[in-house]
Amino acid sequence: MKDFLFIFRGPDYSELNLTPEQSQAAMKKWMDWVGALHSKGQYVAGNPLVKTGKMVEGKKPVITDGPFAEGKELVGGYLIVKADSLEQATELSYGFPDFDKDGSVEVREIIPM
Amino acid sequence: MNGAPEKHPQQLVDHLFRHEAGKMIAVLTRIFGIHNLELVEDTVQETFLKALQVWKYHTLPDNPSGWLMQVARNKTIDLIRRQQKLSKISEELGSLLQSEAEYTIGQFFLDTEIADSQLRMIFTCCHQSLNPEDQVALTLKTVSGFGVQEIAKALVSNEATIQKRLYRAKEYIRANDIRFEIPIGQALEERLETVYTVLYLLFNEGYNSIKADELIRYDLCVEAMRLCKLLTEHKLGNTPSTSALLSLMCFQSSRFDSRIGDDNTIILLEHQDRSKWNKGLIQMGYHYLTQSSTGDRLSVYHLESAIAAEHCLSPDFESTNWQAMLLLYDRLLELKPIPVVQLNRAILLAQLDNLPAAIDTILDIPGISDLLKHHYIYPSVLGDLYGKAGNTGEARKYLEIACQLTPSLAEKKLLREKIQKIGSPG
Repeated sequence: MKDFLFIFRGPDYSELNLTPEQSQAAMKKWMDWVGALHSKGQYVAGNPLVKTGKMVEGKKPVITDGPFAEGKELVGGYLIVKADSLEQATELSYGFPDFDKDGSVEVREIIPM
Repeated sequence: MNGAPEKHPQQLVDHLFRHEAGKMIAVLTRIFGIHNLELVEDTVQETFLKALQVWKYHTLPDNPSGWLMQVARNKTIDLIRRQQKLSKISEELGSLLQSEAEYTIGQFFLDTEIADSQLRMIFTCCHQSLNPEDQVALTLKTVSGFGVQEIAKALVSNEATIQKRLYRAKEYIRANDIRFEIPIGQALEERLETVYTVLYLLFNEGYNSIKADELIRYDLCVEAMRLCKLLTEHKLGNTPSTSALLSLMCFQSSRFDSRIGDDNTIILLEHQDRSKWNKGLIQMGYHYLTQSSTGDRLSVYHLESAIAAEHCLSPDFESTNWQAMLLLYDRLLELKPIPVVQLNRAILLAQLDNLPAAIDTILDIPGISDLLKHHYIYPSVLGDLYGKAGNTGEARKYLEIACQLTPSLAEKKLLREKIQKIGSPG
C-alpha cells in the first residue's frame, strides 16, 4: 500500500451561490465519497485550505500576498489516501463531486521514507 | 496504519439545511433588524459555506443543527463587535462590551427564542398589506429557506418574476417600517387569518398544480404542513383554526398519490383508488381535527376538514355520508358563498336524489352563464345532472361544451362515454 495525495482544484463555492438545498446536496456527495474511503480504510487525512495566503520566493526571499488563482486553478484542499498503485488511486478520485463545476483532481504518489 | 476509525457515512436529515436556514434567518433578522435582510442572508450563506468546507473532508458533527447555529452565532457576535468603535473605548469597557455582546446574542439563540423569531418571521411575511403572491414568495425565501430558482420552479414561474415579488415585499416592509413582531389581540387574530391563507395557498400550489414535477409539488405540500405544525407548537399560534387547517392539509395530502393519473391528468375523488390513500396522514388528520374542536369559533378550515374527514371515513364513494356532508356544506356556504362551494353542494343534493334542487342550485349561481362557457367543471356537472334527470337534450349540450373545455384527455374520454350512454334526444 502506498500513500497518494489528491490536490483539489476547482470552484470557489462562495461564487456558486448555492441554495441551502443545493449545499446539502453537494454535502451529501462529498460525504458519500469520503465516507466510502473511510469505511474501506483508504482515507488517511484531508483538509480544506483557506483561499489565499503568502507566496515566498526568491533569494531574499520576497514575500507577497497570494496566490490569486482563478476559478479552476484555485487549490481548495487535499486528501491523502491509501492505494496499491497510481491506477488504483486515480480510480478512487472518480468520486470527486466537483468535476461538473470545472473542478479537477491532481493525483500524486507520496514518496515514502 | 491510518488513524481514522471506520465510520459509516452519516446522513443529513432531508432538507436540514433549508430548515436551519429558516431558523437562522429568523434569529439574525431579530438581531439585525428586518431592514438588514441582505446582511442576514449573506451571513447565513457564509455559515453553510463554512459547513461545506469543514465537513466535507471529515465526518458530520454529532449535532449538525447545533454546529450550524453555533457558527451563525459566532459570526453574529463578530459582526456586532466590529461595529462597535472599540478604539474610542477604554480597554476595560471594551472587554465588558465584548462579553455583553456574547451573552446578549447568546440569549437570542435559545430554543424558545428561536421559535419566537420564526413566528415573527412568518407573521411579517404574511403582513396583510402585501400581495398574496408576494407573501408566498417571501415566506418560501425567508421562512422555508428556498432559493429563488427553487421558488420559480415550484410556482411554475421564472426567476425574474420571483425576484420582483421579493423586491416588492421587502421594499414595502422597509418603506412602511413594518415591525418584526408578533401582533397582539385583535391584530393577532387578523394576522393569523392571512397566515392561514398563505399556508393554504402554498399547499394548493403543491396539491393542485400539475405543471410542476411531482417531487416539487409534494415538497410544497409538506412544507406548508411543516409551517402549520410550527404554528401549533407556539402558544400564540396554537389556535383551534390552526389545528383545523393542519388536519385539512393532512386529509388532502393523504390522497396525493391517488390524484394524478398515468397521463398526468387529475383523477376526481369519486374515481380515486382509496387503497392508495395514506393511512398515517389520515390518522394525523383525525388527531388534529380532534384538537381543533375547542373554542367557540367554527372556521372555514373546521368545515372543510370535517368534509374531508367524511370522505376519508368512507370505504368508497357511494357509501359516503352525504346527509352529514350536506349539513357541513350548508354551514360552509354561509362563510364562503363562492361558486365552487355551491357547485359541490349541488352535487351533494344529487347524491341525495334531489335532482331538481341540484340543477336549480347550479343555475342560481351568480355569473353561471359565464362560468358555463369557460370552466369545464360547471357544464360537466350540469350536463351530468340533466342526464340523470332524463333531459337528454340539455345533457348532451353541456357535456359537449365540457368536453371542448377540459384539457384532460382522461376527462374527455369519460365525457364522451357519458354522451354515448345518453343516446339520441327525442
